[in-house]
Amino acid sequence: MVSAYFRLAWTWTRAAMAYPASFALMSVLGLIVAGTDVAVILIIFANTTSLAGFSRAETLFLYGTANVAFCLCDMFVSNIDRISQHVKAGTFDTMLIRPVSTWIQMAADRFLPTRIGRVLQAALVLGYSISALDLDSGRLWMIPVMITTGAVIFAALWTLAGAVQFVLTDASEVTNAFTYGSGQLTQYPFAIYGRELVRGVTYGLPLAFVNWQPALYVLDRDDPFGTPGFMRFLGPVAALVLALLAGFAWRLGIRHYRSTGS
Amino acid sequence: MIELDRAGRSFKVKRSLKLEGNLVHAVRDLSFTVAPGEFVGYLGPNGAGKSTTIKMLCGILTPTSGRVRVAGLDPSRKRTTLARRIGVVFGQRTTLWWDLPLRDSFELIRHLYKVDRNVFKTRLDELTETLDLGGFIRTPVRQLSLGQRMRGDLAAALLHAPDVLVLDEPTIGLDVVSKSSIRAFLRRLNTEQGTTVLLTTHDLGDIERLCRRVMLIDHGRLAFDGTLDELMATAPEQSTIEDVVTRLYTGSR
Repeated sequence: MVSAYFRLAWTWTRAAMAYPASFALMSVLGLIVAGTDVAVILIIFANTTSLAGFSRAETLFLYGTANVAFCLCDMFVSNIDRISQHVKAGTFDTMLIRPVSTWIQMAADRFLPTRIGRVLQAALVLGYSISALDLDSGRLWMIPVMITTGAVIFAALWTLAGAVQFVLTDASEVTNAFTYGSGQLTQYPFAIYGRELVRGVTYGLPLAFVNWQPALYVLDRDDPFGTPGFMRFLGPVAALVLALLAGFAWRLGIRHYRSTGS
Repeated sequence: MIELDRAGRSFKVKRSLKLEGNLVHAVRDLSFTVAPGEFVGYLGPNGAGKSTTIKMLCGILTPTSGRVRVAGLDPSRKRTTLARRIGVVFGQRTTLWWDLPLRDSFELIRHLYKVDRNVFKTRLDELTETLDLGGFIRTPVRQLSLGQRMRGDLAAALLHAPDVLVLDEPTIGLDVVSKSSIRAFLRRLNTEQGTTVLLTTHDLGDIERLCRRVMLIDHGRLAFDGTLDELMATAPEQSTIEDVVTRLYTGSR
């Protein structure tokens, strides 16, 4: 499965190289767009020293952890988004005749290696924030765990968004709000959002487990919303539940696939 | 090799914003068996349900009723296992990667189907020769002519040496020379390698030259199933195959 993925990704990389100018432009643009996100945070902290009680380094830590997870998914999974085009054009048929999971094929579809730039940018911000913060070394183990958890949650979201498009062909506008929206939402400390929203993204769509809850543990802080301490460690459980749900929805979507005429 | 037992596929078609859509049966109560090594022509007017049947055979569409088995497997449940044993060619749509040279598409297929390197090499050499791919194997698929692309698609469908080959209008839009080379290739594949072939086409020349058995589907049901001779015998003597098929198509309306 993994080898099939990388074989496909490599193939698309070579295909992208067939248009070198566009390839170069995409790489540069990707970096600039990613840079503006950090610029926004830096501008905020040029005017204030704390955002809802969180320092600049803490905010960048939250941004970094969420964005490493998000950009990894954006690179390796988000191509699933394109499913509606394949469904409409009937080219999804081609994937169904191959002996490889459709999820793997869709995730690798038109793989864009240039997105590695954004992953690096996010990793750089995370690295800086860790060095700027005086973190308890006994709690650092949580960082790789939360990034994995976050990546699984985002991957599951994209899978759900893809599954929906089997039924609602033009839903990508709506589903983007959930996938990219979630990426944006998790870039800031949840303390700046309203209580109801945070409740929704904790117990409903489990975005709080991407970075917010585990980061409170790493930063050794109490939750301003007063959730109990064990919630900091529930990330992997939430990710697993969401992933199972997404896998089920994907299978259901495939069974509802109608193909096109002729 | 292929077994359908009262298989059906219906689609809900929404005409307006009403919640209840109309149920359209693309295929209903379809039963037939194809034995290993057979070469079967699958005929029917546009919209008769040919492509729907084919898509149920390769696991693209899940039947809404009845039972489908290909090589003993339920296509929609054992899709990836079946994929290694079935080859599929769509005349109207390539399964190759648009921006890649044929050679790279083949290499990718070798990995996806986990074909042994040496077996692959022998097979590719063989296919390159019989399908005459040598002249354009390094050309990106998007630059190929329709005839070249179709030969490339055929090769791609056969690299993993499938037991069954399903062809949906493989000669559509091809010139006489390309058609006859593809026909010769298919006949050899069937007689020499014993590959079971199911072919849909609107070109009755394909049927006359290749198929020992003909099935005719109309309105989602089987309207005829027998040998080519039996098909010809349904019409007055000296009718051409065009006459016979026209009679069957129009007579069943």
